[in-house]
Amino acid sequence: MAEASQLTLELEGVTKSFGSVAALTNGTLRVAAGSIHALVGENGAGKSTLVKVVAGVHRRDGGTFRFHGKDVDFHSTAESKSAGIAVIYQEPTLFPDLSVAENIFMGRQPLGRGRRIDRGRMYAESEALFQRLGVRLDPRRPARGLSIADQQVIEIAKAISLDASLLIMDEPTAALSGVEVDRLFAIARSLRDEGRALVFISHRFDEVFALCDTVTVMRDGAHVSTQTIAGTTVDDIVAQMVGREVAELFPKTPAPVGDVVLEVGGLSSAGVFHDVSFQVRAGEIVGLAGLVGAGRSEIARAVFGVDGYDAGSVRVLGREIPSRNPRAAIRAGMAFVPEDRRQQGLVTDGSVARNVAGVIRRGLTRAGILTSGAENRAAGPWAARLEVKTNALDMHASTMSGGNQQKVVIAKWLATEPKLLIIDEPTRGIDVGTKAEVHRLLSDLAGQGLAIVMISSELPEVLGMADRVLVVCEGRITAEIDRAEATPEAVMRAATRTQTHSGEQGDSEKTEVPA
Amino acid sequence: MSDTLLIEPSAKPPLQRALGNLLRSREIAVAGVLVLLIAFTTVQSTGFVFSADGWRNLLVTPSLLLILAVGQAVVIITRNVDLSVGSTLGLTAYLTGKVFIAVPDLPIVLIFVIGIAFGGALGLINGVLVAYGRVPAMVITLGTLYIYRGVFLSWAGSDRVNASDFPRGFNQLGTASILTIPVITLIALAVMLLVGYYLSTARGGRELYAIGSDPDAATLYGLPVTRRILVAFVLSGALAGLAGVVYAARYGTVSSGAGLSIELQAVGAAVIGGVAIAGGVGTVWGAAIGAVLLITINRALPIVGISDFWQRAVVGALIIAAIVLDRFYAARQERQLVAARDQARNETDPSVNAKAGSPA
Repeated sequence: MAEASQLTLELEGVTKSFGSVAALTNGTLRVAAGSIHALVGENGAGKSTLVKVVAGVHRRDGGTFRFHGKDVDFHSTAESKSAGIAVIYQEPTLFPDLSVAENIFMGRQPLGRGRRIDRGRMYAESEALFQRLGVRLDPRRPARGLSIADQQVIEIAKAISLDASLLIMDEPTAALSGVEVDRLFAIARSLRDEGRALVFISHRFDEVFALCDTVTVMRDGAHVSTQTIAGTTVDDIVAQMVGREVAELFPKTPAPVGDVVLEVGGLSSAGVFHDVSFQVRAGEIVGLAGLVGAGRSEIARAVFGVDGYDAGSVRVLGREIPSRNPRAAIRAGMAFVPEDRRQQGLVTDGSVARNVAGVIRRGLTRAGILTSGAENRAAGPWAARLEVKTNALDMHASTMSGGNQQKVVIAKWLATEPKLLIIDEPTRGIDVGTKAEVHRLLSDLAGQGLAIVMISSELPEVLGMADRVLVVCEGRITAEIDRAEATPEAVMRAATRTQTHSGEQGDSEKTEVPA
Repeated sequence: MSDTLLIEPSAKPPLQRALGNLLRSREIAVAGVLVLLIAFTTVQSTGFVFSADGWRNLLVTPSLLLILAVGQAVVIITRNVDLSVGSTLGLTAYLTGKVFIAVPDLPIVLIFVIGIAFGGALGLINGVLVAYGRVPAMVITLGTLYIYRGVFLSWAGSDRVNASDFPRGFNQLGTASILTIPVITLIALAVMLLVGYYLSTARGGRELYAIGSDPDAATLYGLPVTRRILVAFVLSGALAGLAGVVYAARYGTVSSGAGLSIELQAVGAAVIGGVAIAGGVGTVWGAAIGAVLLITINRALPIVGISDFWQRAVVGALIIAAIVLDRFYAARQERQLVAARDQARNETDPSVNAKAGSPA
């Protein structure tokens, strides 16, 4: 077992469920000391959950977890940290009110006489760290106002100062420019050469191939394969990531395509998305595909008017919709089912009737007073049409299943008789059986002439439902693919498309990707 | 365009930088308002400062609130609030009298220990409920405010403790001075210095700021969030207990109305002194100066001839102004910090290759 002792991290058959949702069914990852190990997989493949188990944020339900050959079981992030595990999360976790140096050394500041914090030494050590990283950052300034890249640098400095033997980076390059990425890679290699183990989660395959020694692919919460980078190709990895059949889901039935309902032109929001243009016609389902964080939801929110935008226009049936005005969007015939229906779309403590009638309350009130009778009358036909399985309309929405909740949210919006439905992750957290029902519903609605924009992280769903797929990558639409040409590989390639890190990419958007 | 992230460390010498920070600080601004207020009132009535009584009152009246504001500031910095301190103060003050009635020749030092321990125990109840129950502190301490006050009412009833119940030495403590500075004021200043020193120089103190700045990040960071919040509430309770003993020494009589609604003044003092209600920002020095300003305004306005209604309105306006100013400055600071970042980028952009150069 001499080989085992060189492994810094060993996870074998780790399982983790949240309620009835199994996030990890077979989490397996072996990381050797002195190596950089890539962890790749689609959205929701379980990568982040696996990382959080290692970091002590979540406790695993089963499986083995060894660190430096010893069985461990972390109850908190403090325990994993003191064992020598540093994690850089997707979103930096800094204290905005405290200085950069304090952010690095919080909880283990260098102490002087009488166990008082030695600020001079803390600043000097921070500057030494930054020098090693090749950056210049004022250790005295507050972390507030720093760019994501700067914050990432602080996280890395933190990890280095911890002297961690295992460093996990969850998509550290997503917000970095080319030079910054190069510098990060140089740091990562020097840490590897010191004998540390690194885990690198990324959707950019060029980076994975440039940096890593080994790659583990995950899919649906389970380990698919582990191989050396030298012995594999991008195509292999993509095939392993997506290997799922589309047939098991409900496909959209073709519907006659009518006039242009939604026309988005040159929509930009600094740092979020750039020059987004597309059209949606009546009877058409347009899928917005892409990785989590690519900017899909942000685009949808801007179109609906929840968030503002810097440039561009949104037209519904030829009429321009003012920015930052959801009420105007609703009046113009838009409906929006957000990603997190519990938080944004559904009054979970309210009755079904109240939820359904919520949007049209205006038309229901008599002398300003809303009666539950009027609510029930208005809600009844909609709930019936969507086959919401709820015994009574005054049942509380919070006690319903995910699928029925989603139907209530859709019913709520259909009551406004919209021309356009924007739906973000329509089947997230919904069991397989009900998924098909939601899909059939969307297909029927399109058949009745509704224009639908569907955002989904699940490739089979996009491929099965969408007439056209728009792929968003890093805030830009990188491909527009017709149903006939849409394959998992084509979409995944466009979604992980390698950007030229130069910062001047104004010419490269909206390129057709060959199927 | 954004290929580097070089943000120059400030090139100014440390002393100059420290001075600059000090002059821009909220504490100095509030202290300036306080000095102006005292100067203006003294011009109207010289006795406000330049008389034995005036000088003593100037120093002694804010002392109780100062002690409470220091405790309150610590709790607010962790993004919590302690509304129960007024009831804790009253209950401890009454307990002080009852202890002396039972044990007349108890050493005075011991009564302070008892008061602080009792207040700390009441604070521990708050802390356990907030830290482990994960219920907002506002709700918990509003509840304990009524509960502690209720215990006090049913214990004391219409009874009161009088000066004659206290030993002579204890009563004298309320009036004694060292070098014209009242002992009570010295106690308050000592509390402020100790707590302020801890907050700015101890790991535990800095962690309180981190927790208030972003509780989720603090958990991910592995900071002992629960324990620190517990400690903050125990400290706040203990200081309220200390204030209770000081109250008994100063006033001599304790009825069931002691300390009624002083908790809101403590919150107000902290806010005026620059402690952000959203946590993570502020110092106990600021809260202490805020407490002195709050009390002194209430004393100065009648002298200047402003009616009772307007006195309260002025205090209210001061609190609102402090919060509005905070928002304004926070927004401006954020813009400046972003600007500093972008400027550093633009300046260094042409010389990207020289990025490995040594930091100043």
